[in-house]
Amino acid sequence: MSEPKTLKETPLAALHRRLDARMVPFAGYAMPVQYPTGIMKEHLATRESAGLFDVSHMGQIFIRAKSGRLEDAALALETTTPVSVAGLKPGRQRYGLFTNERGGILDDFMVANREDHLFLVANAACKQADLENLEARLGETCDVTMVEDRVLLALQGPKAEAVLTSLAPEAAEMRFMDVRTLTLSGVECIVSRSGYTGEDGYEISIPADHAEAIAEALLEKGDVAPAGLGARDSLRLEAGLCLYGNDMDEDTTPVAAALGWAIQKVRRRGGEREGGFPGAEIILAELENGAARTRVGLKPEGRRPIRAETPIYVSDEEKGNPIGSVTSGSFGPSVGGPVAMGHVPADVAVPGKRLYTEIRGDFLPLTVVELPFVAPCYKR
Amino acid sequence: MLKFTEDHEWLNIEDGVATVGITAHAAEQLGDLVFVELPDDGSEFDKGAEAATVESVKAASDVFCPLSGTITEVNQAIADDPSLVNSDPMGKGWFFKLKLANPADADALMDQAAYEAHTS
Repeated sequence: MSEPKTLKETPLAALHRRLDARMVPFAGYAMPVQYPTGIMKEHLATRESAGLFDVSHMGQIFIRAKSGRLEDAALALETTTPVSVAGLKPGRQRYGLFTNERGGILDDFMVANREDHLFLVANAACKQADLENLEARLGETCDVTMVEDRVLLALQGPKAEAVLTSLAPEAAEMRFMDVRTLTLSGVECIVSRSGYTGEDGYEISIPADHAEAIAEALLEKGDVAPAGLGARDSLRLEAGLCLYGNDMDEDTTPVAAALGWAIQKVRRRGGEREGGFPGAEIILAELENGAARTRVGLKPEGRRPIRAETPIYVSDEEKGNPIGSVTSGSFGPSVGGPVAMGHVPADVAVPGKRLYTEIRGDFLPLTVVELPFVAPCYKR
Repeated sequence: MLKFTEDHEWLNIEDGVATVGITAHAAEQLGDLVFVELPDDGSEFDKGAEAATVESVKAASDVFCPLSGTITEVNQAIADDPSLVNSDPMGKGWFFKLKLANPADADALMDQAAYEAHTS
């Protein structure tokens, strides 16, 4: 994807400059990839203490039914996604996927039941297309609004609870995937207990005018390190979480992406609200019969990281055609070695199976492993 | 004699043998290194050929041979602990020693003042 010449900034740009962040173009925004401490330390600080990430580039979308009834908005959203939205209780959040007619994934998102409306967080690179998709499919019955005047912060790590509780004691009462309005430094914020690191933590949506003061209040707690997109990527990969555009895309079905768990029984064959989303026939059949290929964890031998788009082979003796490819690959600072995910045919997607990749003419052995690489620490 | 290349390598040349590494500027730009692949002892490279590979958490980069020559020694310590390149790029983080094919070629490289001007 080509980057536009003028990058957008998040409302926290001045703070990033003061913290001496290295900014990179990402989905049309100038975003901090790392701070002077570096990706490795930011990653480890998040696992051991807490990291604070600016993820304001992500799409924050509000959906309200014109009838005023949440159920109408939920049922309307279900025409775009195979997940159960109507089954989501007030104050709860869940993972979702937008699909296309071929059963491919248009984007992944988090959706929260906010009692009288739905609140979605979607990927930065997809958010405009998501908005258009939602307006086309829901526009008659719902008001769909994407806001640019709210910051989204992710506070992640074992000390996230203690840090946020010092600003709002009720944060401690929340469990994984709870969503509440909390007042932080006198400002009403939408807070979910979730994230993209495998750690306990929160995502905090803040009116832009107050965001810098709240970010600074969190950083002042001492146990919180500013962390960039570099650490966010290595954290999510160790946690076995998919990155849209890498591990799944318009040509990958939820089952091929090993995301079948995200589709509740009520939307599957025989369920009360079976189907009724784009690509339903293909996806519902795959949920019963499996997909031809699937996403797996891959552990390269040795220290060398392997990268996305590297081909995967069954044998190191005769090269033949690649059977699959790496979709995400990096060095896992907590694992202390390289970690990767890739798509392979279902018959080799067996933990312990030895496969190979080729880097600069050398075959490098890989082992198919169970995901995640690092056990999640969610507070359920 | 300390020399620098536009590709952000340094060469400390004594008696026609250059100790080669990457500059502090390069190490900072690359970020935390997690993997280093060094050339084999005795291998010969032309100027500009890929002599080593470094990988950070995020990406792979090549280290080019700054002048033509033969590798006489490699620093195994950085293969075992790539963070040495970040913590001490001009010292313990050296990559390899190169016996120069034509020692006079080094005259064309930048000195420290020229390199500092190049990166500022």
